[in-house]
Amino acid sequence: MIDLTVIWACIIGFAIIAYVVMDGFDLGIGILFPFFKVGQDRDTAMNSIAPVWDGNETWLVMGVGGLFAAFPLAYAIILPALYAPMIAMLLGLVFRGVAFEFRWRDPAHRAFWDTAFTTGSVIATFAQGIALGALLQGITVEGRSYAGGWWEWLSPFSLLTGVGLLIGYALLGACWLNWKTEGGLQRQTVTYAGRLGIGLLIMIGVISLATLRLETQYYQRWLSFPGVVATAQVPLATLIVTFLFYRSLRVKRDVQPFFWALSLFGLCLVGLGVSIWPDVVPARVTIWEAAAPVRSQLFMLVGAAIMVPMILAYTAWSYWVFRGKVGTEGYH
Amino acid sequence: MDAIILARAQFAFTVSFHFLFPAFSIGLASYLAVLEALWLKTGKGVYANLFRYWLKIFAVVFAMGVVSGIVMSYQFGTNWSVFSDKAGPVIGPLMAYEVLTAFFLEAGFLGVMLFGINKVGRKLHFVATLAVALGTFISAFWILSVNSWMQTPVGYEVGANGQFLPGPSWLTIIFNPSFPYRLFHTVLAAYLTTAFIVGAVGAWHLLKDRSNPGARKMFSMAMWMAAIVAPIQIFAGDMHGLNTLEHQPVKVMAMEGHFQSHPNGAPLILFGIPNSAEQRVDYAIEIPKASSLILKHELDAPLKGLDTVPQADRPPVGIVFWAFRVMVGIGFAMLGIGLLSLIARWRKALYDWPLLHRFAVLMGPSGLIAVLAGWIVTEVGRQPFTIYGLLRTAQSASPLDAPAVASSLLAFVIVYFTVFGMGIWYLLHLMKKPPEAHETPPSDAPIRSAGITPAPAIIEGASA
Repeated sequence: MIDLTVIWACIIGFAIIAYVVMDGFDLGIGILFPFFKVGQDRDTAMNSIAPVWDGNETWLVMGVGGLFAAFPLAYAIILPALYAPMIAMLLGLVFRGVAFEFRWRDPAHRAFWDTAFTTGSVIATFAQGIALGALLQGITVEGRSYAGGWWEWLSPFSLLTGVGLLIGYALLGACWLNWKTEGGLQRQTVTYAGRLGIGLLIMIGVISLATLRLETQYYQRWLSFPGVVATAQVPLATLIVTFLFYRSLRVKRDVQPFFWALSLFGLCLVGLGVSIWPDVVPARVTIWEAAAPVRSQLFMLVGAAIMVPMILAYTAWSYWVFRGKVGTEGYH
Repeated sequence: MDAIILARAQFAFTVSFHFLFPAFSIGLASYLAVLEALWLKTGKGVYANLFRYWLKIFAVVFAMGVVSGIVMSYQFGTNWSVFSDKAGPVIGPLMAYEVLTAFFLEAGFLGVMLFGINKVGRKLHFVATLAVALGTFISAFWILSVNSWMQTPVGYEVGANGQFLPGPSWLTIIFNPSFPYRLFHTVLAAYLTTAFIVGAVGAWHLLKDRSNPGARKMFSMAMWMAAIVAPIQIFAGDMHGLNTLEHQPVKVMAMEGHFQSHPNGAPLILFGIPNSAEQRVDYAIEIPKASSLILKHELDAPLKGLDTVPQADRPPVGIVFWAFRVMVGIGFAMLGIGLLSLIARWRKALYDWPLLHRFAVLMGPSGLIAVLAGWIVTEVGRQPFTIYGLLRTAQSASPLDAPAVASSLLAFVIVYFTVFGMGIWYLLHLMKKPPEAHETPPSDAPIRSAGITPAPAIIEGASA
């Protein structure tokens, strides 16, 4: 029999990937925003994501909503454990979300909302990175609830993953703008992409090594024979993708660097999966322990099976409508 | 203060702020769809202009609704984790359906609705507007189903680990006893909220210039809504109240201020000051036996009071009592302005009666206030339970220390008042501008950067 719990773990994994793929670059543009010239450059950067950011962010709601529905116990443990970073993320998202509209409303307030856009994006990204780190390093669970304090998430490791995600999203943002813009702004973002790529690689290396020391489970997964033969492919693939990323940047491709950068993220998520599978609260609670009953899973699966393909279809259509460079005839 | 009170304050604060935006945008999305349909059908420029005028406002309201809504999807977990663990198997899937069928639909088509008219053409653009309007309604459907299940829980089983588990039929859970009434009442409330804001904006501009065609059209449309929907809403509210009497009689006792049982017909307390300590309503102005007449349709029908309910199971009476009167009072004021507008139309003075216009301006925020008051009645009236009769609020909260909840509450208060305060200021600013013959497209910026102003195409269509 097919295990519904595994299917639901895959669906939520998919939502997280979709979120990182889609919202990563628009948070990244927020992070890089202060480095763009006021006026045309900033407007273009903003406009390249204005029609799609809302849909992108909906995957975050899908991820957490799916967790609530399919793994309520995990939802009930994780969110109190990550209380401060989650509240900070939400407040960050408030600032950056309204900035899309508000910065056009009053010229005298534009500078304020530009700052709010960046601050909100940085806080939201940093908080997501910290959340990842805090989960990986392990949270205190007793019975069916979180039993740690309200600062447990704070550690050198979680700060490290926070910085790593900031660099990663900024890289995606730079690559997106390389795709969607032209002229000076594009040249600027290509330079950033090159530097951020190096930064991300360093962070991936450091965080990966640090992760191995966190739990024996992670160490054994990655380094015990014969599993190591399979797991060693992940760092190997990372090196290959990095090479392809830099080559596509050097030959001035518009679209490819973005997808290679996404592939780097994809490999990180694969690595994450290797470390924690089949846990939903890493090293604490498995997906089967946290799973909702079959009736709940089945009822939602019907909806997901029908709706997710439709969502992907009209999301793709929406991207297609706004295809091409922002600010040229191709945009139409 | 203890962590539970703080967590309740935080939920009340964030959900109240959030609720204002969808209450407005559910109606506004439908209004925009109607305007665009009328434009496509008649080709009259006034509809195109009104569409663009309100689309700019919609964009700002919707953005605030989205960001305050994301907060809500996390609040259940951050602050009410025990509730989430226990109720997740039942209400989680309903909320997942809200994301799958509503949030993505709204968000996916919003970009095209706001920025895409020149790229996809008018017909496809109308489809996008319809999709957004439909999405707002579907969203209301699911979240009100969840809320109604918490009020009138049915169709569940209790698992060995204390979780509420779905029974054999999801339809029983979704269409729980209070859901149809709550859905109808709330969606009508959203339509009325929008109608009164639109009416106030129209009236405001009529007071300055009676000849403005946009102002005349929006005022007239809004007044039709008031005249037709307000009476339906009062009827729907009555039905909802009777449903509550059947399933949550204690809530009705608090709404009515009935501390004591009345075996021979209960009085309708119009006003008074509920005094929970003394178990009576001070300075009560009451109509004898009228409450029994309304609730039981019989003058001498007995009605039980809060004295039949254990102290520990009673909701706070004062706030429920007052919020209910605010809501009902506004409902009748809405009915009144609807009737006045009919008289004005009959006398052919709809656009020439400044007193009516002033009244309409005054009533602008009335829908928002009524929606909040109604929400307070139903939510506070459910206390001291989160899942009515089954799970107490005190046993639903996350294992958090008071300082953590207090800090986050403070952060929410500061950020919400700053951000949404400015947002509301921008909205008023947009509304202060009269609708003009050549309204610019929404949020002109994102298209402007494309190097082309789409206005010609739209104006071409508008004047065709």
